[in-house]
Amino acid sequence: MPKNNSIKKVLVVGSGPIVIGQAAEFDYAGTQACRSLKEEGVEVVLVNSNPATIMTDKDIADKVYIEPLTSDVVKKIMLKEKPDSILPTLGGQAALNIAMELEESGFLKENGIKLIGTSSQTIKKAEDREEFKKTMEKIGEPCAPSEVVTDIEAGLKFVEKIGYPVVLRPAYTLGGSGGGIAHNEEEFIDILSNGLRLSRVGQVLVERCIAGWKEIEYEVMRDANGTCITVCNMENLDPVGVHTGDSIVVAPSQTLSDKEYQMLRSSALNIISELNITGGCNVQYALNPNSFEYCVIEVNPRVSRSSALASKATGYPIAKVTAKIALGYDLDEIQNAITGKTYASFEPTLDYCVVKIPRLPFDKFIQAKRTLTTQMKATGEVMSIATSFEGALMKALRSLEQHIDSLIHGDYSQVSTELVREALHRVDDRRIFVVAEAIRRGISLEEINEITKIDIWFLDKIAILVEAEKELKQKELDKELLLKAKRLEFPDAVIGKLVGKTEEEVKALRNEWNIKPAYRMVDTCAAEFEAATPYYYSSYDCVNEVNAPKTKKRIMVLGSGPIRIGQGIEFDYCSVHSVWALKKAGYETIIVNNNPETVSTDFDIADKLYFEPLTAEDVENIVNLEQPDGAVVQFGGQTAIKLTEALLKMGVKILGTSAENVDAAEDRERFDEILEECCIPRPKGTTVFTQEEALKAAHELGYPVLVRPSYVLGGQGMQIAISDSDIIEFMEIINRTVQEHPILVDKYLMGKEVEVDAVCDGEDIIIPGIMEHVERAGIHSGDSISVYPSLNISPKIKRVIEDYTRKLAKSLHVIGLINIQFIVYEDEVYVIEVNPRSSRTVPYISKVTGIPIVDLASRVIVGEKIKDMGYTPGLQPESQYYAIKMPVFSFEKLRGAEISLGPEMKSTGECLGISKDFHEALYKAFLGSGVDLPKHKKMIITVKDSDKLEAVEIGKRFQALGYEIFATRSTCRILNENGVTAKHINKIEESSPNLMDLILSHEIDLVIDTPSQGVDKSRDGFLIRRNAIETGVNVLTSIDTARALLTSLETADANKLSLVDISEI
Amino acid sequence: MKAFLILEDGNVFEGESIGSSKTIVSEIVFNTSMTGYLEVLTDPSYAGQAVVMTYPLIGNYGICYEDMEAAKPVQKGFIVREISRRASNFRNEATIEEFLIKYDITGIQGIDTRALTKILREKGTMNGMITTDENYVLEEVLEEIRKYKVVDAVKSVTCTEKRFYEGQGKKVALLDLGTKYNIEKNLVKRGCQVTVYPAFTKAEEILADNPDGIMLSNGPGDPKECVEIIEQIKILFDSNVPIFAICLGHQLLALATGADTEKMKYGHRGGNHPVKDLETGHVYISSQNHGYVVKEDSINKDIAKPGFINVNDKTIEGLRYHNKPVFTVQFHPEACPGPRDSEFLFDEFIKMMEVGK
Repeated sequence: MPKNNSIKKVLVVGSGPIVIGQAAEFDYAGTQACRSLKEEGVEVVLVNSNPATIMTDKDIADKVYIEPLTSDVVKKIMLKEKPDSILPTLGGQAALNIAMELEESGFLKENGIKLIGTSSQTIKKAEDREEFKKTMEKIGEPCAPSEVVTDIEAGLKFVEKIGYPVVLRPAYTLGGSGGGIAHNEEEFIDILSNGLRLSRVGQVLVERCIAGWKEIEYEVMRDANGTCITVCNMENLDPVGVHTGDSIVVAPSQTLSDKEYQMLRSSALNIISELNITGGCNVQYALNPNSFEYCVIEVNPRVSRSSALASKATGYPIAKVTAKIALGYDLDEIQNAITGKTYASFEPTLDYCVVKIPRLPFDKFIQAKRTLTTQMKATGEVMSIATSFEGALMKALRSLEQHIDSLIHGDYSQVSTELVREALHRVDDRRIFVVAEAIRRGISLEEINEITKIDIWFLDKIAILVEAEKELKQKELDKELLLKAKRLEFPDAVIGKLVGKTEEEVKALRNEWNIKPAYRMVDTCAAEFEAATPYYYSSYDCVNEVNAPKTKKRIMVLGSGPIRIGQGIEFDYCSVHSVWALKKAGYETIIVNNNPETVSTDFDIADKLYFEPLTAEDVENIVNLEQPDGAVVQFGGQTAIKLTEALLKMGVKILGTSAENVDAAEDRERFDEILEECCIPRPKGTTVFTQEEALKAAHELGYPVLVRPSYVLGGQGMQIAISDSDIIEFMEIINRTVQEHPILVDKYLMGKEVEVDAVCDGEDIIIPGIMEHVERAGIHSGDSISVYPSLNISPKIKRVIEDYTRKLAKSLHVIGLINIQFIVYEDEVYVIEVNPRSSRTVPYISKVTGIPIVDLASRVIVGEKIKDMGYTPGLQPESQYYAIKMPVFSFEKLRGAEISLGPEMKSTGECLGISKDFHEALYKAFLGSGVDLPKHKKMIITVKDSDKLEAVEIGKRFQALGYEIFATRSTCRILNENGVTAKHINKIEESSPNLMDLILSHEIDLVIDTPSQGVDKSRDGFLIRRNAIETGVNVLTSIDTARALLTSLETADANKLSLVDISEI
Repeated sequence: MKAFLILEDGNVFEGESIGSSKTIVSEIVFNTSMTGYLEVLTDPSYAGQAVVMTYPLIGNYGICYEDMEAAKPVQKGFIVREISRRASNFRNEATIEEFLIKYDITGIQGIDTRALTKILREKGTMNGMITTDENYVLEEVLEEIRKYKVVDAVKSVTCTEKRFYEGQGKKVALLDLGTKYNIEKNLVKRGCQVTVYPAFTKAEEILADNPDGIMLSNGPGDPKECVEIIEQIKILFDSNVPIFAICLGHQLLALATGADTEKMKYGHRGGNHPVKDLETGHVYISSQNHGYVVKEDSINKDIAKPGFINVNDKTIEGLRYHNKPVFTVQFHPEACPGPRDSEFLFDEFIKMMEVGK
């Protein structure tokens, strides 16, 4: 069928803030879909509360609403914009849930709006456990014996029939939230009660445990005419039991014969046909490794994380094709942009192997349980492409940026073989390294397979890598051995370590023996057709396919790698915009990145895409081939910045701020000199290496002090110390990893934190706006609520900030972006941090001010001047809108993680509240982040001593709003003494009824719990916070956040929310 | 042991010998299926050819003998990037290396199969030699390679004697032009009583057995070489007995009814080709293995019309004959390897036989 011409204006629903289980992949999908719709002449209205995304750019959609993703807000937008259709299948579970609500309430029908992409019946059939089971039974597709339960009793009764272990899956949740495997009654009740609460419809599926089976996924497409194809299938190295988002995944499947492959493929097509899906869909299977028996685990009737991976793994643009199908096209009418010769109805075939490894956040959440279960915990992922599984695995490992460059990871020298054997039973993010160690110890592959259920084929591949390690250690390094090691993707540094040479020596040998990688194209068709896609990966045993005659100046843009806490989607936003700006300025652009979830790794963003690890060695190989005229590192976060030195050594010119000046901002002594020259104050501080030095510094400065390593992201390892014992503890933690750079100890000033992003061309600066943090200093800027324009900064202070920014930018010879964080303390402005690069706030401030900062910075980098670009230098006039950036956390996914906020960043994403009215903006920001109050109007307050007086004010105001307040003894006393009626509640360790009982009663809206400074070691406070989070209660750990929430609740009227079209700013 | 793949255009790839080390000369074709290497190795349509697998990791799940598509492999050579040293699958009975040795098939691994595929794509299917003789003289062997031609292909793969399958349903005569087992299996699965006839069986003999329907199987080689068979097919066609033909069978029936075939540049071999049913507009992903194709402009519009076309290059993928219970497809509804999307065509054939009688 050709295009349905009645579709003229479509509302695309995004996925909201980045949380674990719903991440950048939906920005990629949404962006691709919007561009695809616009290409067809359709007017696109977009709603997404996440300002860090590319999809919320005004050049991606015609109308852009960065508003809370609730059905009420979406309704309002529809009434205003009057789209004829709504497309929800590209915005993950969040969008799908909203579309379902609108459909079920009859709103869409009433307003004559079509649900396109997929029907509500389809969504219901796929998502509702009971309906899904019935549908599968009808077409004879097996599911594991299971039952949907809505209460504990029914659950226990069913388990009696099928026996432990059982898997629990709540309906309608993200990333398997609240799911898990229960081995006994206690675990069962625990997980089930949690799951019932998290499920939107109060349903949890209890099913026979098929842990240990192979987990296989199929990405399938179907058009309205019924044509179905599979884009890709994937096999998880980790058998069933680990969420696919936390598994190492390989594409295509490796251990399935054609019989199994086709059996499951036919099943997937059968299912997608029965569900009547139009567009992309993901089907997950468990396959018995000892027979043809299989079970359907799950169907996602939409674009998903797996489809982003499948798109990048094959070159098949699933989101784009899904959008075209939604418009009415059939698969055989959509041309494959890669070959120009084939159509979207062609199944991609691979002539390489793809490996994905999840990026898990346990480096940030040291206390969190590392066990991997059916509940996803990864914040991001890396993908790699190679001609062998071994090569792809090695490339992916070093792409993680977790100080891992091979399978040699972790110190096992003191660990007995018995303990290694035991460790094999632990299913966590380190299992692959334990497996490698077990093989080194001579534990048989059969035994490892018996314990881990990882297929012998994968184990044998790991054995090949382990054998190569041994060979390198034992044999003389000759050309043949070096070539072999490089084909297995051993980095030079690892080879060096194993053979007793330096990395440089190994590199020299490679040059001498002419061992260098070549690059091959990802073409969807295994070379059957000629393709022109500039999408490449490296290999040490092939003919080079890149021919690179230079017609214009060539610039390499380095991407930001996997999404992790502290380095999120914002940096992909920056990289992509930089590429676009440079292309527009007439340059040929090359992007290097390894993150399959991103827009930057779409093959039609840069002129050339290299899907490669972002290490010096991998980048150098590309540099040698492409000979770029320059490289841009300031947009790719710390990942790209870290490559600066290496790029200079390769002779690549760093465009924009010089490496030397980037370094000056990080180097304490040089930076202090600059500050002194500029007469800019900063909190006193010093650099140390040892614990003794740190203690001495702390005593000189006086507590509290801030302790942190230099050159880190998102305040990693940063802590506020209030005593010697804190210093001792923090230094011990920091020095667990070898520090190449000194550790900073600074006086901690508890003032107002203010932040600016600016563009400097060497002479002039442009500051789009000053952002003020709601939480006082001490909470990481990424975790603070950020307000633009600032509310509490006097014009005088603003001028000081502008002046300091200009002076610093000029002194550091910044060409491009600079981000500066200030503290305003007793009417004095102090500089606390300067980053001469893009920052987390760049997309946010660009959107709310309408000033395209990355575009300006990119043009400045290639020589343009601010004055020539139509801007008056300096601080720009304030916007008439208040825009508030609200951090969003994923604590409920990370069992055992400490949720209290501090100098180390913990949020996974953000959302925006925008309005001409400050209070409304604040209300929207809270709403967008999921704080939707009131419900039961009951709350708990328990604060540290220094917050008690402020707690009185907070208590009074909540009381005025009609809240019933519970408080622990001392907080209660203070509240009561000051005229706030609070009920005393026992602490957790005290007798029942206590705080825990109260939280578990599911009637509490909010917990305000401010932990004492430093690392809160109180088991009590930790338990309160964890239990509250895990039962879905909002928890605030800062008095400032609580006050902001109050302000928003007191004044905003939810029914009268205004809407702001960003494209008109 | 070192091995060399020498192409007739003078390109030489150096790799490692696998399987038999005897020197072979053959046509070189590539297959893009990611699974099903055993089915490819045992598909009789590859007679006289050596197959390059474009997927680089081959042998991962070993050899499951029950997946063979003929009694023995007829391929002359097997060209891969990497053979898995360890096979893993619950049905696995042998490694691919053991299989190649057992059937004396020459193989080579460790070469850049993508570079090789691109040569075949750009220059078209060509002849080549696999040898372990390091002292070959290029000029001499090139002459030998260029001279090679696949001849008597059908003869080399068809059965020598009839075989029967019991069944309660329709009586089907299957003309074995190099049939894959899964064609018979599909018929038997549908309750058919199947008789498999050697390719050179006279039409009268087949018709004398009074079948409800006739199937013409897939098979190797240049269809125009099968002059005698085409003559017999003309008789079968005129008999009005329902006919369903696959691949070579489809080409021979086209030739028998006056159409023409031609050699394709590099053919279609893989499991991902979209074919469009021109009656329903439905597109199916098909398993394919052919180097020749029916020329579209040669089809007599009064006799037949295209039933399926290839979505990519628009070549003829099937014919429907007017006023006759006869339809033919270029692709492989019996799959193995590859997708089973078009298996329903066997049901159509059964229906056609029901109407036909």
